[in-house]
Amino acid sequence: MNFWRDIKGTLQPFWVTLRYLFKRPVTISYPEQKRTPPPRYRARMILTRDPDGEERCVACHLCSAACPVDCISMQAAEREDGRRYAAWFRINFARCIYCGLCAEACPTLAIQMSPEYEICNRDPLNLVWEKEDLLVDHGGKDPDYHFYRHSGIGVAAPRGGNPDEQPPVDVKTNLP
Amino acid sequence: MNDLLLTGLLILIKLGLILAVLLTMAAYLVLAERKILARMQRRYGPNRVGFGGAMQPLADLIKLLTKEDFLPARADKWLFLLAPGLAAVTALLAFAVVPFSPPIELFGQSLPMVVCDLNVGILYFFGLSSLAVYGVALGGWASGSKYSLLGALRAMGQMLSYELAMGLSIIPVILMARSFSLNAIVEAQASLPFALLNPVAFGIFFVAALAESKRTPFDLPEAENELVAGFHTEYSGMRFGLFFVGEYINMVVLGAIVTSLFLGGWQGPLLPPIVWFFGKVLTLAFVFIWIRGTLPRLRYDQLMAFGWKILVPLALLNLVATGGILLWLGGAA
Repeated sequence: MNFWRDIKGTLQPFWVTLRYLFKRPVTISYPEQKRTPPPRYRARMILTRDPDGEERCVACHLCSAACPVDCISMQAAEREDGRRYAAWFRINFARCIYCGLCAEACPTLAIQMSPEYEICNRDPLNLVWEKEDLLVDHGGKDPDYHFYRHSGIGVAAPRGGNPDEQPPVDVKTNLP
Repeated sequence: MNDLLLTGLLILIKLGLILAVLLTMAAYLVLAERKILARMQRRYGPNRVGFGGAMQPLADLIKLLTKEDFLPARADKWLFLLAPGLAAVTALLAFAVVPFSPPIELFGQSLPMVVCDLNVGILYFFGLSSLAVYGVALGGWASGSKYSLLGALRAMGQMLSYELAMGLSIIPVILMARSFSLNAIVEAQASLPFALLNPVAFGIFFVAALAESKRTPFDLPEAENELVAGFHTEYSGMRFGLFFVGEYINMVVLGAIVTSLFLGGWQGPLLPPIVWFFGKVLTLAFVFIWIRGTLPRLRYDQLMAFGWKILVPLALLNLVATGGILLWLGGAA
């Protein structure tokens, strides 16, 4: 009968709440208790190095293009041997939404997400991290990956110094 | 002369004690409610201020006192300022007729352990609980906000309908005790509390008391998901605090009234009367909180249908049946 079902449905929850009153809370009291995130946890970004210990980042700007909140900015530069690197590299963690699109976009696995999640700060300006703050001394999630070995670009001589190569043109000199 | 002074002093001390105990109880009831609700949902509840959150009421008080006392531009100023006081004071005053212990002998004088043993104590309580509707109604109307007004309208409808069932459920108690004084009613339950003699009246009164104190499952006047906060939407700071604390004082007072009317008041074996009284009141408060942690809110039409189609006829039937049995037993003259 419906009536008895209703009575039962009204009284049974009281037993449930009473039982739960004596169960242990599942809350983690954060500053005192911290849970260890899994090693592949996706929190703040790092810049990794290749197996030779060189910076992986080639300053291709793909991460900053992929970033939906435009929090990554950098300046590309080229070394004497032709290898590209970022002159400066900046992530504004006050804007970052930890979506991971930059790590997905990176062709050299340079920018990766790390399990470090505690970066709260009282001043948003302290959340603007420079390249020195972001660089780490390991290869991250794929330590053996070496971009230049795969792509096979061997830049032995400085630009313009290879045989059959014209010296680079300084475009500024062509201005009227 | 000296005697008179002593009596006056004792009365003042008694009043001060009752006020302090009542306000402290209300403040800690807030904490208890938050803690118990949290534990029922497997959370900790407030546990930062003091030992295990014991100083939380104090922190809340400081917070409320330092908040801006906001007056909406379209509010009716005087009524807006008056309403929270009305809500808190009516709740406080209702405790005056509740006996919490038998009279004690102090300095050769008999000191009744009740603020004022009125011979129409129950009527006084009903008068005040009707006045409490004014606090809500004026607060909601004077705010000049539609949420407040809707909340106040709901509160008025709810409180007036359930007051009827409440009043009708008490008449059997008065018939059995043959007195309107709460002291006499408590003494009439020396052998058996009225909750066992007349469980129907107890049930109706308890449900109506829940509705009167605007608590879940009858918390429509402040339905957060529809009305922001109901009649106290526009209130801030300590004025909101008065509404809030009034609600919890009301909880204590209703617990005390239920205790006195149905559970034998301060009577009980072994333990001192005052322990029995506060034990019963606190148990009832726990039951109030338990109900809040368990039951969902009713719809407004369900609330009205339940009040008018079930509680009031049941209370009337119970009244007739109790009167008939009392006549049959030859008790009533």
